[in-house]
Amino acid sequence: MSADGEFLRSVFKSMLRGRILENKLSSLYKAGKIVGGVYLGKGQEAVSASLGASLVQGKDCFAPLIRDQAGRTAFGEPLIDCTRTYLGSVEGPMKGRDGNIHRGRPEMGMPAMISHLGAQVPLIAGMLFAKRLKGTLDGCVGATSVGDGATSTGAFHEGLNLAAVEHLPLVIVVANNQFAYSTPNTRQFACEDLVDRAKGYGVGGHSVDGTDLLACASVIGGAVRLAREGGGPQMVVANLLRLGGHGEHDDGSYVPDSERNGKYGRDCIEVAIRQLAEGGIATVEEMAVWQDEISEEVQRAVAQAQQEPLPDPYKENWTALSTRFPISAE
Amino acid sequence: MSVTYIDAIREAQETLLREDPRVFLYGQDISAFGGAFKATKGLADAFPNRVFDCPISEDAMIGLAVGAAIEGMRPIIEMQFADFSSIAFNQIVNQAATHFYRTGMPIPITVRLPSGGTPGSGPFHSQSMEGIYAQYPGLVVVTPATVSDAYHMLIDSVKLDDPVLYCEHKFLYRWLKSKKINGEHLPIGKARIARPGKHATVVTYSAMVHEAVRAADRLQADGWEIEVVDLRSVKPLDLDTVLASVARTGRLLALGEAFPWGGVTAEVVAKVTEEGFHLLDAPPQRLNARDTPVPYHPKLWAAHRPTPESICEALRKLLSF
Repeated sequence: MSADGEFLRSVFKSMLRGRILENKLSSLYKAGKIVGGVYLGKGQEAVSASLGASLVQGKDCFAPLIRDQAGRTAFGEPLIDCTRTYLGSVEGPMKGRDGNIHRGRPEMGMPAMISHLGAQVPLIAGMLFAKRLKGTLDGCVGATSVGDGATSTGAFHEGLNLAAVEHLPLVIVVANNQFAYSTPNTRQFACEDLVDRAKGYGVGGHSVDGTDLLACASVIGGAVRLAREGGGPQMVVANLLRLGGHGEHDDGSYVPDSERNGKYGRDCIEVAIRQLAEGGIATVEEMAVWQDEISEEVQRAVAQAQQEPLPDPYKENWTALSTRFPISAE
Repeated sequence: MSVTYIDAIREAQETLLREDPRVFLYGQDISAFGGAFKATKGLADAFPNRVFDCPISEDAMIGLAVGAAIEGMRPIIEMQFADFSSIAFNQIVNQAATHFYRTGMPIPITVRLPSGGTPGSGPFHSQSMEGIYAQYPGLVVVTPATVSDAYHMLIDSVKLDDPVLYCEHKFLYRWLKSKKINGEHLPIGKARIARPGKHATVVTYSAMVHEAVRAADRLQADGWEIEVVDLRSVKPLDLDTVLASVARTGRLLALGEAFPWGGVTAEVVAKVTEEGFHLLDAPPQRLNARDTPVPYHPKLWAAHRPTPESICEALRKLLSF
């Protein structure tokens, strides 16, 4: 197997992990087992996993957004972090203090997102800026994902402009899924193509069909490589369609049939299975085995999280500061 | 030789850059230009690649600081004016302030906020934002009133593992001088008795400490001895020192330069009323700026904020109850 083939197999496995885990989350939500929102990356796995798999944990940093289960998995987040956070286990990284996709492990280079869109762009730039000051930036990349909606925020603009001014190895992947919650792109921006903005920022610009695994692996992997080699910030606009609502509370009925049946309405997992089989990279049988193995992994991660204690308000350390006041005088 | 309040801020940053390789300065016009108020004058030369000019992007400035803190750095961010931190509000209150509670990793950033009014500065270069930030869990908010505190509290702010809003008063920058920076100092979270007295307590902070002391000096002629408590940090708020003072005097005036709705003075009165109602011989009073934007013209500005005259008037009313 060539290096490219190995990479594609690993990207696809992360796509599957994302999809199978999220299908399970959806069932748990519908069964009333999850409190709060459930936000899925269905239809965006090829983009997300291609990004996550192009990064190196322990060296690079990655600020995922709400539709990045596949990318988180590819970057190395264990499945149990997801199930624990969704199910409120006190053993999880957020300990019931924050939920669902608002999770991270900043110490492993994966900060926890806040809900305010675009906010992670300058944050990742700051992580890279610090690496430069520490002398550890060489060969590193920082990546973050946003949607079409986030490109309208001030934070996105400020962050990307700053990263360009500082010539940081930042990769922004814009998952242009045509809708920000229910708002179509016609009400979001007026430019012909979001990738045209790259020139304005002075950063590299790349477009890709986000439903096409081979294209995503090549274009997103290529953008990461360019940033890693000193090419400065790179913006990838991945065009696709969100194959669901904004969250599981939303049926997405506002997405017109013409879009669902259009070129981005196809399922990237189905496309990937065909591509890998036709390219001799994985057999259909092999991929079916992966699917079974991952389903079991997911079952185990859910079962374990369900058995763990929930947060206890009587034992909770109700302080938002790490400093213990009063500080005694010197 | 004397040291001004802004000299102390500059000195503190120089000390921090010299002693702690994790410290860097990031802000608008702070590198070769030395900052709009010259708080970083000469530091870019003395510390190459540690003092950076940044785009006019307050949101991104704090976002960058939080990211750098995750990577183990201790950034000091200069907002050109406290007023402009409204653009960074999201990064301060949602990103920096929530981070330790959510993830267990503290965010040691210090945000310098040139605060408060000066004649002619107008609505957008005069604001006092301490009450807004103090409202949010996860932030420390300090308001030095003296030259020594300006120095030591900036050093201590950077040493704290939590995000600190360091509110430095622009009116004090060059007006306030001291012979030297004192070696001894109180930790963040401890208030100080700026002027001892026994008939009434004024609890205040930042530039208003000096206005309160002036008012107290005037009332001295009539035989009143007014105690002035300088909070130093508004969050955490040193209620013990405040209550001990109110226990001595029985009367409380909470004084501040911020807008009158809510804020630090309301918090002081609420806490004293809750915990020290039995100590009070008169209804506690508040005196703040007026409930309008901070006006431009010096004549209007001087009457917008509390003055020694209006403080004396409030104190006489309190003393006559």
